[in-house]
Amino acid sequence: MANTPITARRTRLPPRVRQYILKLQHGDEVAHLITLLAAASIVVVTMMLVYQLYSNSAMPRHKFGFEFFLGRTWDPVSGDFGALPFIYGTVVSSFLALLVAVPLGVGAAIFLSELAPTAISNSLEFVIELLAAVPSVIYGLLGIFVLIPILRTTVMPFLKATLGFLPFFKGPIYGVSMLAGGLVLAIMIVPFIISVSREVLLAVPVEQREAALGLGATKWESTWQVVVPFARVGIMASVFLALARALGETMAVTMVIGNDPSIKASLFAPAYSIAAVIANEFTEATGDLYLQSLIELGLVLFLLTIVINGLARLVIIATVQKGATQG
Amino acid sequence: MSFRRLWRQFVNVLMLSLTGLCALSTVSVLLFILGYLLWYGGKSLNWAFFVNLPVPVGEKGGGMANAIVGSGKLLLLASLLGVPIGLLGGIYLGEFGGRTFSFVVRYTTDLLNGVPSIVMGIFAYTIIVLPMKHFSTFAGGMALGVMMIPIAVRTTEESLRAVPVTLREGALALGTSKWKTIATVVMPAAMRGIVTGIMLTLARVAGETAPLLFTAFSNRFWSPGWNQPIASLPVMIYTYAIAPYDDWHRQAWAAGLILLGLVLVANVGARFLVSRRISFRFS
Amino acid sequence: MVMKTSDESRPTERAAGATASWPPDIKMRAADLDFYYGGRQALYSISLQVPRERITALIGPSGCGKTTFLRVLNRMYETVPHARPDGEVLLDGEDIFSLDVVNLRRRVGMVFQKPNPFPKSIFDNIAYGLRINGMARRGALSEAVEKSLKRAALWEEVKDQLHKSAYALSGGQQQRLCIARALAVEPEVLLLDEPCSALDPIATAKIEELLFNLKDSCTMVIVTHNMQQAARTADYTGFFLLGRLIEFNKTAVIFKTPARKETEDYITGRFG
Repeated sequence: MANTPITARRTRLPPRVRQYILKLQHGDEVAHLITLLAAASIVVVTMMLVYQLYSNSAMPRHKFGFEFFLGRTWDPVSGDFGALPFIYGTVVSSFLALLVAVPLGVGAAIFLSELAPTAISNSLEFVIELLAAVPSVIYGLLGIFVLIPILRTTVMPFLKATLGFLPFFKGPIYGVSMLAGGLVLAIMIVPFIISVSREVLLAVPVEQREAALGLGATKWESTWQVVVPFARVGIMASVFLALARALGETMAVTMVIGNDPSIKASLFAPAYSIAAVIANEFTEATGDLYLQSLIELGLVLFLLTIVINGLARLVIIATVQKGATQG
Repeated sequence: MSFRRLWRQFVNVLMLSLTGLCALSTVSVLLFILGYLLWYGGKSLNWAFFVNLPVPVGEKGGGMANAIVGSGKLLLLASLLGVPIGLLGGIYLGEFGGRTFSFVVRYTTDLLNGVPSIVMGIFAYTIIVLPMKHFSTFAGGMALGVMMIPIAVRTTEESLRAVPVTLREGALALGTSKWKTIATVVMPAAMRGIVTGIMLTLARVAGETAPLLFTAFSNRFWSPGWNQPIASLPVMIYTYAIAPYDDWHRQAWAAGLILLGLVLVANVGARFLVSRRISFRFS
Repeated sequence: MVMKTSDESRPTERAAGATASWPPDIKMRAADLDFYYGGRQALYSISLQVPRERITALIGPSGCGKTTFLRVLNRMYETVPHARPDGEVLLDGEDIFSLDVVNLRRRVGMVFQKPNPFPKSIFDNIAYGLRINGMARRGALSEAVEKSLKRAALWEEVKDQLHKSAYALSGGQQQRLCIARALAVEPEVLLLDEPCSALDPIATAKIEELLFNLKDSCTMVIVTHNMQQAARTADYTGFFLLGRLIEFNKTAVIFKTPARKETEDYITGRFG
């Protein structure tokens, strides 16, 4: 081997191929392949996930078709499965959560980015990130033993007394309710809104604030009328992301929402979310139609979160592009 | 004129105080959660909790030893799946990736990250529990493992990108092949960030309940091997909390304290690791 | 199937299309070399010969292509996508583009503008190249490290703290460490990209002195912004301007009697 004239060998192969073979010997191509396989497996797993959700919900899709989403009854005994109560419960509880969490979150973010000194802002931010790490089931635990009693004994009677003329605050008070579900969700998604909004607000150029203050605006006016609108799109994105999170929340919601598949106007009434019904009834589902209906609900939830996440990303991309052309 | 100014000042102070209130109330919630758990959970913690198995209702001295071990086994399994794929996938994206395929991988990873945990449980159910015809530790571990992948990929890629080009070039200029450069120079330099990311994702899946409900299910005994249902801390907390027995509620608090403690320690530890690394760079 | 490439003492291999005889006093040669970053051309038809065991300096204003050219010599541009050369570059008569790039980089070493020691100990920094290339067994490793540190004029200062982190050293020491690290794998050519630009005058002087002492065993190409440095240290100098090699000659000629007006303008400080 050592005596073979190297020139002869070299002239036989084109340079690209030669370089490739050398790379192969060094193990670069093997490393490339191994990492590629790992990355590809992620794509494969995701595709499998979608496929499994789809194929394992064939029965209800064929039987009910689009009616599945409009059906109001969920009756395992008679085999009539309608998704509307759960869609209603999921959407309303998430909407309620946003109603509470967005003002609270954006407000806190404003405080952290505009008012608080850096050290305090950073340490509070640290605490808030820890909040985001608390497991759902622990929120549920506190929901059952702290939130529900407070709601049942204090908040709900108060609301009924003061705002009882509204359809939202009528009806018997159990404690477990749509309101409880929404509130628990609100506490869970607030950290996300705060973290992302704070970052977006901090990124607003100093010049913007100075321009407003230089015109004689108060700090609040400069913040609310100039800085926040500038960061508006990023804040919206954070809301979308929080919403996607809220839609998929399972444990805390199922522990406080009451698990009753009915559609009522009152927030005091128990409700049911998609994730909650799957969690509760999956292991007890008798018969394929029952199980597959639950799986179809899972598919619905999955698609919902994809759409919301996709919207969030579009919003972010639009901001970046707008910022690029403006900058 | 003057009234208008006063009004504006008033609004200014009011709104700014309100924002402060928002921040304060959010922070108070965490402190409240911690305090409440410490109080109620602390009261119920005893040695029996750690070493005893669950006992029938009404009897005293039940514990959650099997759930603690169970969570450990599930996390181990999850790491075996999630860490290698996450690490290697992240290395692919950070070091090797071609443009279009990298985009596909990143998009899919983000998609996977957004999948609700209960749906992940359904997925594991359809591909593992159904064919095996019974619940198992294996199914639970797989569900959690898949959930670990996206965060592991993202932190690995970011940590690798943070390593300065000049360090790579220094190694390449000595006649090091690309994969050896990655293995002996880039990875060690990125290791802190990667370890932090893995700690955080482990902490996250440790607290997950939904994916385990119909994969690993639960158990009131020890579960040797990987083929049987297994108890886990989050599922036990859930089961005990919604039950009507006071003793079980007590134990749920204790378990909650343990779980939250572990999660918070992991998060704080990860933060501490990252901040030390930054100061090390500047020295 | 192992590709054997020539070692430094046998300049007998011929690449297809190269000239039949390779002059013994030349180490590397570029012929008609263009270079592109994507669609933008950065080098135009560069032809120069790097003399063996001498110091060659490349000077010119910012952005003139001297660093780009340097990085072609050890194919470092390959880390940048869409960067490609078009032309011939030979090392001892062999076409560098058909050589194994990993082996090429061991033979043609590089020291960078900002010191870039690895986050390891001083000893491990130097040993790294040796270990990777399988060049020294356990016992011989300490000897090789000591030898490199001596060649880089750093041994006396660090011999008692070889296991301290490289980052504990000063900027000038770190750069000498990088030189030692590059020398450890016994390169035939050493490329230096403005090695002293981040250093103070004393550290610069130390490095210039060690480069001078290295000449006998190593061919060096140094890119520098500092004309006085080129005048002090280099045997040959090439002047680059806007991607072209304007003039290349013995340093004394370039600085005293430049042939081209552009060279003279640059030397006398009329621009750049």
